[in-house]
Amino acid sequence: MKLMQLQRTMARAVMQPLTSSERMQGRAPDGGPMKRYASRFIKPNDRLTSFERLEIYNRQYWFRVLAALGEDFPGLCAVLGQGRFDAMARAYLIANPSRSFTLRNLGSRMESWLRKNPKWAGPNQELALDIARLEWADIEAFDGKTEPALRPDDLSIAAGPRMKLTLQPYVRLLSFRYPVDDLLLEVRKEDEDTDFASNTFQERRKRKRVRAVAKLKPAPIFLAVHRIDYTVYFRRLDQEEFSILTALRQGKTLAAAVEWAFRGSQIAPEERPLKVQTWFETWSTLGWFCRPEKKQAAS
Amino acid sequence: MSANRFNGFTDYGIGIGLRAPHYDHILTRKPVVDWFEIISENFMIDGGRPLDILDRILEQYKVVQHGVSMYFGSAEKLNREHLRRLKDLVQRTKTPWLSDHLCWGSVDGRYTHDLLPMPYTFEAARITAQKVREVQDFLEIPIAVENVSSYAEYHDSEMTEWEFLNEVVERADCGILLDVNNIYVSSQNHNFNPLDYVNSVPAERVAQIHIAGHSKYRKYILDTHDHPVIDPVWKLYERAIHLAGHTATLLEWDDSIPSFQEVHDEARKANRFLRATALAEAV
Repeated sequence: MKLMQLQRTMARAVMQPLTSSERMQGRAPDGGPMKRYASRFIKPNDRLTSFERLEIYNRQYWFRVLAALGEDFPGLCAVLGQGRFDAMARAYLIANPSRSFTLRNLGSRMESWLRKNPKWAGPNQELALDIARLEWADIEAFDGKTEPALRPDDLSIAAGPRMKLTLQPYVRLLSFRYPVDDLLLEVRKEDEDTDFASNTFQERRKRKRVRAVAKLKPAPIFLAVHRIDYTVYFRRLDQEEFSILTALRQGKTLAAAVEWAFRGSQIAPEERPLKVQTWFETWSTLGWFCRPEKKQAAS
Repeated sequence: MSANRFNGFTDYGIGIGLRAPHYDHILTRKPVVDWFEIISENFMIDGGRPLDILDRILEQYKVVQHGVSMYFGSAEKLNREHLRRLKDLVQRTKTPWLSDHLCWGSVDGRYTHDLLPMPYTFEAARITAQKVREVQDFLEIPIAVENVSSYAEYHDSEMTEWEFLNEVVERADCGILLDVNNIYVSSQNHNFNPLDYVNSVPAERVAQIHIAGHSKYRKYILDTHDHPVIDPVWKLYERAIHLAGHTATLLEWDDSIPSFQEVHDEARKANRFLRATALAEAV
């Protein structure tokens, strides 16, 4: 068998889903018996059949990718419940096998896939989509790039109505239908409490999570997922504040961003300058703006 | 013999894997450690805490990069994005050599994230060696390939695993990261004498040695890196350094990770063998 053919044959078996009892399926990817499929390319030994040897890799694959997805989406797991999450994760990984050299990117298509496949998103689809999006943004904010931050001197050079400000790549701006930031923080707080991992504690935690998810009512929020000293934080934003930042990220000038953000706003016109000033002070303190490139600063 | 062209003519001692549970201890207590091995993929990112930690480690320690997903043995082409990011990291760490596994793990752009065993064929050796050369040329540093633990063998194999390793490293003109725990695990799973393996490795190409613990099941052994090193593995290590000389040695401990001190103490057990080898070489 040529190397490529052998690797395709093995990979198909390794990535084929396990049975409900976490064993290798009896049926092979080609529709025939897996025992025959395995024996075509794997040697048996005095202790293990070809099937059993292949099964070690099949199980390792699924245990690894499912564990990685579970680590990245504890909030989604809380929303769906463990059983539904496990089934969803398997379906997701069948449809979206890893295409990256790093497991870090395994969940990159979670929200878009759930949107296209709502049957896996549970009874509260909007909530599941929201939390999946927040958890992926959290991963991106954690190891996103940092550019040199804007300094007051830079602002004086670049200032003007046509000034364009660039947001730090690691800052993620998101709007949600549910206050999923609170939910995720609550889930994480419970997960940190590992000293009491008895069965009773686990059961109590499970019930607490079910209650937390059930009581969560829709309440639109605007959020910046960002970092301070390499720790990721969620910062609630006013709608107008969110709109300015979104417009800046889209490349609008500062003047255009502010104008766009206040269209139809409930904030009284006389209060707006102070609002904008306060927001800018906060964003600058948090280091959310990048230093302008020299070309722009000079123009 | 330890300092050779496959490890950048360095003479490193005993290192341990840099793992997240130990970050705080290392950065605050600054323990004396010869060097740290990092998993390259954990730092092939754009920014954030992992790179900050790495930069702080680099200020005080020597670091060597070890990869888990280059997949020299995959029949498909190398991933250019992977290589580009790896080169950025190589420039950051100034690693004197870089290692990854003699295995495959991706096909048609799909990654298993596992270290799957190679068929020991001449075709596979040719393809693998070509890819090692490409990576070496691109990164411009010595490459060492690591033998993996395996749980399956193929009908197609035309030679033993050690013959295959030799075939690849000769064709690629690269170094070897000799994992004596992996040799032990595979010897138990495939019924061969692990000393036959160690004795036939070209000692002059050994850039580094890995030691680790594993888990024994009823019908096979799994390479889990979650236990101390067992005596039969220490015996293989002793033989390996008898042949290769005082070689950079690293203890892998990746699961159920104990305290930094416990891991470091386990790694330093290698000293008794290294000292004996040094004495023998001096005589």
